[in-house]
Amino acid sequence: MKKGYFGDFGGQFVPELLIPPLLELEEACASILPSPEFQEKLGDLLRNFAGRPTPLTRCDALSGELGFELWLKREDLLHTGAHKMNNTLGQALLAKSMGKTRLLAETGAGQHGVATAAAAARLGLGCSIYMGATDVERQASNVARMRLLGARVIAVRSGTRTLKDAINEALRAWIAEQSDTHYCFGTAAGPHPFPTLVRDLQSVIGAESLSQIRERAGRLPDAVLACVGGGSNAIGMFYPFARDPAADGVRLIGIEAGGTGEPGCYNSAPINLGRPGVLHGQYSMLLQDEHGQVLPSHSVSAGLDYPGVGPEHSFLASTGRVKYHVVNDASALRAYAALSRKEGIIPALESAHALAWVLDNPGAFSAGSLVLVNLSGRGDKDLDIAARHLPIMQGGEA
Amino acid sequence: MKAPDLRQRIEKANAEGRMARIPFLTAGFPDKERFFSALRELDGNGADIIEIGVPFSDPVADGPVVEEASRRALENGVNLPWLLESLASLSPPLKAGLVLMGYYNPFLQYGLGRLAREAARAGAQGVIVPDLPLDEDSPLRDVLRPAGLNLIPLVGPNTGEKRMAAYAEKGEGYVYVVSVMGTTGARDLLPPEAESAVARARRIFPLPVALGFGLQNPAQVAGMKEKPQAVVFGSALLRCLEQGGSVKDFMAPWLKG
Repeated sequence: MKKGYFGDFGGQFVPELLIPPLLELEEACASILPSPEFQEKLGDLLRNFAGRPTPLTRCDALSGELGFELWLKREDLLHTGAHKMNNTLGQALLAKSMGKTRLLAETGAGQHGVATAAAAARLGLGCSIYMGATDVERQASNVARMRLLGARVIAVRSGTRTLKDAINEALRAWIAEQSDTHYCFGTAAGPHPFPTLVRDLQSVIGAESLSQIRERAGRLPDAVLACVGGGSNAIGMFYPFARDPAADGVRLIGIEAGGTGEPGCYNSAPINLGRPGVLHGQYSMLLQDEHGQVLPSHSVSAGLDYPGVGPEHSFLASTGRVKYHVVNDASALRAYAALSRKEGIIPALESAHALAWVLDNPGAFSAGSLVLVNLSGRGDKDLDIAARHLPIMQGGEA
Repeated sequence: MKAPDLRQRIEKANAEGRMARIPFLTAGFPDKERFFSALRELDGNGADIIEIGVPFSDPVADGPVVEEASRRALENGVNLPWLLESLASLSPPLKAGLVLMGYYNPFLQYGLGRLAREAARAGAQGVIVPDLPLDEDSPLRDVLRPAGLNLIPLVGPNTGEKRMAAYAEKGEGYVYVVSVMGTTGARDLLPPEAESAVARARRIFPLPVALGFGLQNPAQVAGMKEKPQAVVFGSALLRCLEQGGSVKDFMAPWLKG
């Protein structure tokens, strides 16, 4: 297979000026990442700073209602509230080992920005976060967290003023700052080697899940679900299952965000509703018009609001190993409320999409099945948005 | 008589004791009509080659001026079929050489084979794709070559000798040297690495060297020991058009050098 490709998908579609730092990173991935010293330091940070391993929780009430076992991988309990920290600690440590003194990153809702800022603070690196001007306004508390953690937050005013444009601006900044700065890319997408690097750093989710479920349930799950925006929590969960021959029979299900669900609405479901194209350095499924212009995306969940998806997901969809379905805003909000009320866990609206598919399609799982959902983040950040849609949060009836 | 190719156009300018002039203009900017009048005026005021920017929603190699022009062009309904059709029907045809500069996805969605065919019919002689580095460019190169179009390589201050040599092996037309570690956009001063990048490219490429990104007047290159054989200017021209300036006045200082 061609370097940096997953089947037909992937590649390195970037200006020539970004090739030298990408080659430098590729080299570091090969030489530094696998070394025992690096792995030891990263393991220590993940355990003693970020809080790994994260627990596996059986949902007793929902399992009773559904007639099959529902389990959650609790990435919401990781430091800063989402799986993002697995990636940022790894990349920050790698950057430091490469002799870089600064990190730059894009962020949409701000979760990756906060996780990058925290990793930078912990490791003594400078940090600049590029964030769409619209997101800066609607995610004020995450902007405050990033600033408190020492990051400079740059509001991006071009294009749609959201995540897609923040990535454009971060790539531009990296061209100028590459000599001392590492681009801490937030998801398993972008130009090679980011899709592989981020997947490898996030695979701790799936690897832990495999051993925890074996130990707790005495067997492998029948199905594993995760939400897919750029796709880092999903690939981190799926990859160890997809590569383990013993897990061949485990159904892997990725859930994309469908937006409002009205016909023709903006959405964030490029695997189901897009076609292959090139954006942000990769050839992958993409929401675009007939002339190849990238379409705006939409989802109630800011973390899924992206018109592209990591190339390995496009590949896994093409082989059929992972099935991808779409869940719309209203379903996700219902799941957000249900998990809060019935299990005492407020999920991120992103993760609520994966959960919603299980709750909406109980017939997809036979009685007694074991279904594992990656709960990629916590939902406190979504209280304002959810309150607009859920009467119970204003003291009304459920 | 067969039209001179891109390389011959630059060599002809050099034989006249000057650098070749390559203005860049975003298709359909400031609007569709004024774009074509500006194209004519550039053609009549000393442009040796004109680079026409094909707008894209996410132009990562561009600074604010070209990005804004691109956004406006898309708003004006500019797309590749319209552009190629309009260029093909230009009468009389332009004297200057034409090069299409655009990001990969619109070309890919249009169809690479169709692009080669229709771009040649529209009178284009070359294509520049700022997000298509050497390792990814063979699908496009393989269809452009039989259609007689050059795929122009883009290199910069951080492109080392080995990498330049790899580009040189495949390169056609001219080589575009990016002057700054950054995006397009006029700057008052060129960084010192621009000069060494030009010198390196001149040594390694058997092609003429065009310097671009950041250029707004001839004085910026006047002091260079090893000058490029051509200069590209885009943002400064777009800004001039935006402010209602005339192409003739804009080109005047470049005609002296």
